[in-house]
Amino acid sequence: MIRVVIPAHLRILANVSGELELHVEGRATQRTLLDALEARYPMLLGTIRDHHTRRRRPFLRFFACEQDLSLELPDDPLPEAVTRGDEPFLIVGGIAGGSL
Amino acid sequence: MSGVRVLVGTRKGAFILTSDSNRDQWEVTGPLFGGWEVYHLKGSPVDPNRIYAAPSSGWFGQTIHRSDDGGKTWEPVGNQFTYEGFPGTHGSHDGTQKPWQFKRVWHLEPSLTDPDTVYAGVEDAALFRSVDAGQTWKEFEGLRGHPSGASWQPGAGGMCLHTILLDPSNPQRIFIAISAAGAFRTDDGGKSWTPINQGLRSEYIPDPTAEVGHCVHRIAMHPSTPDVLFMQKHWDVMRSDNAGGLWHEVSGNLPTDFGFPIEVHAHEPETIYVVPIKSDGEHYPPEGKLRVYRSRTGGNVWEALTEGLPQSDCYVNVLRNAMTVDSLDPCGIYFGTTGGQVYGSANAGDSWKAIVRDLPAVMSVEVQTLL
Repeated sequence: MIRVVIPAHLRILANVSGELELHVEGRATQRTLLDALEARYPMLLGTIRDHHTRRRRPFLRFFACEQDLSLELPDDPLPEAVTRGDEPFLIVGGIAGGSL
Repeated sequence: MSGVRVLVGTRKGAFILTSDSNRDQWEVTGPLFGGWEVYHLKGSPVDPNRIYAAPSSGWFGQTIHRSDDGGKTWEPVGNQFTYEGFPGTHGSHDGTQKPWQFKRVWHLEPSLTDPDTVYAGVEDAALFRSVDAGQTWKEFEGLRGHPSGASWQPGAGGMCLHTILLDPSNPQRIFIAISAAGAFRTDDGGKSWTPINQGLRSEYIPDPTAEVGHCVHRIAMHPSTPDVLFMQKHWDVMRSDNAGGLWHEVSGNLPTDFGFPIEVHAHEPETIYVVPIKSDGEHYPPEGKLRVYRSRTGGNVWEALTEGLPQSDCYVNVLRNAMTVDSLDPCGIYFGTTGGQVYGSANAGDSWKAIVRDLPAVMSVEVQTLL
């Protein structure tokens, strides 16, 4: 199982608390992980990735293992520590996202 | 017992203010959608327990929520707004063409007859409709596809479709307004659209009387006289007596004719309300006095309504979606400010009280009259 931490606003939207645990079929990448997350919590569709381009929304970042993975390619494998469940995959709201 | 439910959208969530028909004692509930910008929320006139809300966020984009119990609980519904066909481009401040790109929902207008049907006005300017209670949305592509569409440009707040008026006497007729394209009307249920801006004059565009390009801030209608429209333009308060075919100015003795909202009394189709703002560069009331102006003559002759409103050192703004009327008798009128106050009057504006004073900046105010 892969551990995922989503921002507080999205935890409220998805009606969950704390870390999420997701099973990812096949190779674990950002794309397959987010596919699994959105399949389980469809209300998150469009809030992390754009509906149409499927690209990360500009003011969100992906962190894991003390690394910024935001600019990794979506089909690159996730770090082994994440796939083993030793480290969480963090979806983080950038400090620049709120205009007011 | 009859009463009212005031729905307030703010920069950091939504609030619900409830009272009995005296409209004197209020209960404040919220924040709902805490931290989200709620540009608008509005209840169905057919089923008052059905409310639609449009929280959005710079981080997480647009969401749409629906309540079926008068705002006690909410369910996220569809948030995918896809422009039909190849989106194309529109004008911009820097003279280049920009691709149409969905940014947010500005206005939700529930159907007058079906609680599962709701219209959404969005930025970049387009009109969508859901017929399944918000689960899925489809664009009226004939509006954005109007030959003038590629020339539309944003106003300072973005290129938003912010006003939707449904004609209660003709289900095929809808009026909308876009900043800064102008007002449009469909007479065939949304398939085709006609600009209705004749008579407007805007000195900030190269051709002041152009067919499109006017920064219309808000239009309003009384349901008993749907051919009579009132408009608060960027500058100028306007009136049309033929469904937008021709407009004439009714600013009259207003201290300034810049402003955002305009509303019509629930029982008097010729009584209208505006909140004059000093200028487009100074978005606050003239002289630091927050005054609602009322005309009982459909414009031109205006009186200042000041009792209960701050008459010194007040520098808030009242945004375009932030004023509304209930249908009790006497008519109640409500507005919210960028300073977080929501003011209410239970006597058609003769006197006012702050229902709540310290909310986040108010984006929208709607009211449901509960019988």
